[in-house]
Amino acid sequence: MSTVAIPRSARFSFPQVRDPALLIPLVGAGVLIYLAVLPLFMLLLGSFQMEVAPREFVTTFKNYQAAYASEYTYSTFMNSLIFASGSAALGFFFGGVLAWLTERTNTPLRAIFVPIAVVPLILPGVLESIAWIFLLSPKFGYLNVWLMALFGLESPPFNVFSLPGMIWVHSVGQVPLAFLMMVAAFKSMDPSLEESAMMSGAGTLQTLKRVTLRLLMPTCGSVLLILFVRTLESFETPALIGIPARIYVYTSEIYLAFNEYPPDYGRGAALAVGLLLLSAVGVWMYTRSTRESKKFQTVTGKAFRPRQFDLGRWRWVGFGFLGTYFLLVVLLPFLVLLWASFLPFFAAPSWDAVQKLSLENYRYLNGFRPFWDAMKNSIILALMTATAAMLLTSIIAWIVYKSRLPGSWILDFLAFVPITVPGIVLGMALILLYVAFPVPIYGTIWVLLIAYLTRYIPYGMRAASGSILQIHSELEEAAATSGASWWETFRRVTLPLLRPGFAAGWIYICIVSFREFSTSVLLATGDSRVLSILLFTMFEQGQVTVVAAIGILMILTLLAIVTVFYKLSGHVGIQG
Amino acid sequence: MIEVKGLVKTFTDGTGARVQAVNDVSFQVEEGRFYTLLGPSGCGKTTTLRCIAGLEKPDTGEINVSGTAVFSSASGAFVPPYKRAIGMVFQSYAIWPHLTVLENVAFPLRVSKEKLSSDEIRKRVGEALGQVEMSGLEDRMATQLSGGQQQRLALARALVRRPQVLLLDEPLSNLDAKLRERMRFELRELQRRLRITTLYVTHDQIEALSMSNTIAVMSSGVIVQEGGPRDIYMHPKTQFVAQFIGSTNQISGQIVNQAGENLGTVSTEIGQLSCSLMNGLKTGANVVVVVRPESLILHQQQPAHGGNLVEGKIAAAMFLGEYVDCSVEIGRVVLQTHQPHTFQVRRGQSVWVELPPGDCLALPDQN
Repeated sequence: MSTVAIPRSARFSFPQVRDPALLIPLVGAGVLIYLAVLPLFMLLLGSFQMEVAPREFVTTFKNYQAAYASEYTYSTFMNSLIFASGSAALGFFFGGVLAWLTERTNTPLRAIFVPIAVVPLILPGVLESIAWIFLLSPKFGYLNVWLMALFGLESPPFNVFSLPGMIWVHSVGQVPLAFLMMVAAFKSMDPSLEESAMMSGAGTLQTLKRVTLRLLMPTCGSVLLILFVRTLESFETPALIGIPARIYVYTSEIYLAFNEYPPDYGRGAALAVGLLLLSAVGVWMYTRSTRESKKFQTVTGKAFRPRQFDLGRWRWVGFGFLGTYFLLVVLLPFLVLLWASFLPFFAAPSWDAVQKLSLENYRYLNGFRPFWDAMKNSIILALMTATAAMLLTSIIAWIVYKSRLPGSWILDFLAFVPITVPGIVLGMALILLYVAFPVPIYGTIWVLLIAYLTRYIPYGMRAASGSILQIHSELEEAAATSGASWWETFRRVTLPLLRPGFAAGWIYICIVSFREFSTSVLLATGDSRVLSILLFTMFEQGQVTVVAAIGILMILTLLAIVTVFYKLSGHVGIQG
Repeated sequence: MIEVKGLVKTFTDGTGARVQAVNDVSFQVEEGRFYTLLGPSGCGKTTTLRCIAGLEKPDTGEINVSGTAVFSSASGAFVPPYKRAIGMVFQSYAIWPHLTVLENVAFPLRVSKEKLSSDEIRKRVGEALGQVEMSGLEDRMATQLSGGQQQRLALARALVRRPQVLLLDEPLSNLDAKLRERMRFELRELQRRLRITTLYVTHDQIEALSMSNTIAVMSSGVIVQEGGPRDIYMHPKTQFVAQFIGSTNQISGQIVNQAGENLGTVSTEIGQLSCSLMNGLKTGANVVVVVRPESLILHQQQPAHGGNLVEGKIAAAMFLGEYVDCSVEIGRVVLQTHQPHTFQVRRGQSVWVELPPGDCLALPDQN
């Protein structure tokens, strides 16, 4: 029997390959192709059609013309470019500085800042945008009103309904991710590299410039790249702030094509294909750059503490920065939402307004059927997606990394395809798929489940494979040489060791599913609405304070899920 | 006992080329004996061990463990690893981090066909831990043990089932020097006491020499020489074995004279040397004379008598505690010698080197 040489740490000799076993990767590949590849294929096909369910296949380029040769093409391109670069740069700046202060300096109280910096992940993107609209809207925004009163200004200093406004709001949501990535980079820097620079005569600033920053460059590049791609794919800020401001980016164009009457699926699909290509290139470049940055990481068996920079008196400036960031960016939006949720209509803080505080909104929601339906849908989808995704990816990760079944590398590739697909593009693709092949799931919660599952398989895969790879094959071999059959080994050794990765992936997918917006916006209709869509539609209708109340309830629900989860599992640490 | 016949195992590397990891290896380990496969990385020793364990499936050959054919390419027999009556200690110990010490050692008992009661299991685990001097640590998490303790835990786990054969894959390579010395002794004592048939794999010749009944030196998938420790050390059959075991001096030359059974004279760069000749070497053959550093005797004055006396100059002398590592320059040849720790010389000083003919061996020159 022929054997394929895989590095020793990755091979294991069971199960012995008999022909029926070859079915397993085939079935796995089938599922992944159905989820990941088929919709994209339909998207591509649809972009060349005139009608969405054509009786005959007529190839046309009209859609691409409409998408890329119209009078708006240039402005959409420039807006998207500026929006994405600005957010990436600003998010990187904040994430990097915060990470540096907490990891590499002696800023006071930096230890408690780490969990605080990650807290904004709980805030769904839609809410983040809404909160900043409450703060920075030119007519009613609290910060504007307050500053105008304080300094006697004639016109509001901040206008959130602008490109800089969009950039600010979106960056703030990206900072937790940038922060975590930079923290990881700082943690893995070997201090002896800087120490040897100092022993060779370089001062602090020179070391920083010649060694530290150079070592960080590849990671910085990766972080900027991923932030750029994620901004390009996002729709929350473009929807809530961009559309009212008439600033359109690619994702808003796709949404608008869909929202026309009649919907222009063709143009939407053409736009989606373009965005998909951009995204794929971006992700490919990111993968390449992370491979580069791995070369700069020193991997030894010994753990080390990176060097701390002593900032002297400047450490209080660092503390001030951390504190201000926390108050302004983490706490303030939350407080504004809380405040607004107790008001019958939106008003600036004043004694008058304080008297109007009441639980009216909450009482209204209590009897408001669509709210409870949306809450039910969101929770069910979150739990089901997380569980299904982790089960599927655990099995696939085992097949890819632990079995010797031939061709299992294809599964690894397929599992990561969805990461290049922007949420709204996936929504578009699924519409085309299920309208063309009328399986009666369009318009129900099931199409959302499939969409979420497809989107989050790569994250599940990352958690599951990370865990599986850490299970040294000798641990399973030792079980075999101790007399355990394949099933006994899987049950007693592999599964318990997989649990931390499974749990980490599960809670992460649960949280992001609950917050999901850009895929749901095209797929969730009537009965299958989820909370983020409810927020969006009600906000557009002007019921802003009720929306704030829904927002608070969403946050509390998420917190409850996370708390219950941690109580049950007793583990710590979500690494994105 | 273990019987291996005609074992062949090839792998396909990244470029698609076939690599012969084990190329027709045959040997036997007698009941209760300690047999070592010794060789550098890539020589096939670990692959051979894993074939015997059942973790690799060989291409051809036969493997019998305790009378049972666990693999036979002729009959197509293959017994999976979990059905073989073996105990194995891995290089990384492979201690399960999610289990306690007790559960780690109890694992083979819990998965065995024979269902033992909890008390019986606890008793057997206690016995096994006692054998490796780890009693009392049952309830600790396995990750809380030191390196040496983990290694002993792995050993206890391998022995708890009372297997007929024990396989060890470089178990001491992750330990520091002092611990390794101690464990060499303890492992050997344990094996002797239990009289368990043992196959040991290592690249460390000191481990091989100090612990084994029989050593098989391997290189590039074949066994180059098999024999007892003294035999391998004193009578290497090839340059490779001479170089690999212990340190050795090599002086090239040609046989000019044969005098009787395996004795002769070799003409070398440093003069004519009387030495033993390997079987089959004739006058005129190109040879390499190998002589161990500890066999060379240095004299500060020209001695009255002694075989193979050559004059040279001290190139370097390093005091290593147990002995003085002295290198002597004779023309272009530098000889390494080990002198008693009381030996004192200066760089550049003239000395006389005695190469006792009985300790000089002429091997075929493989260059």
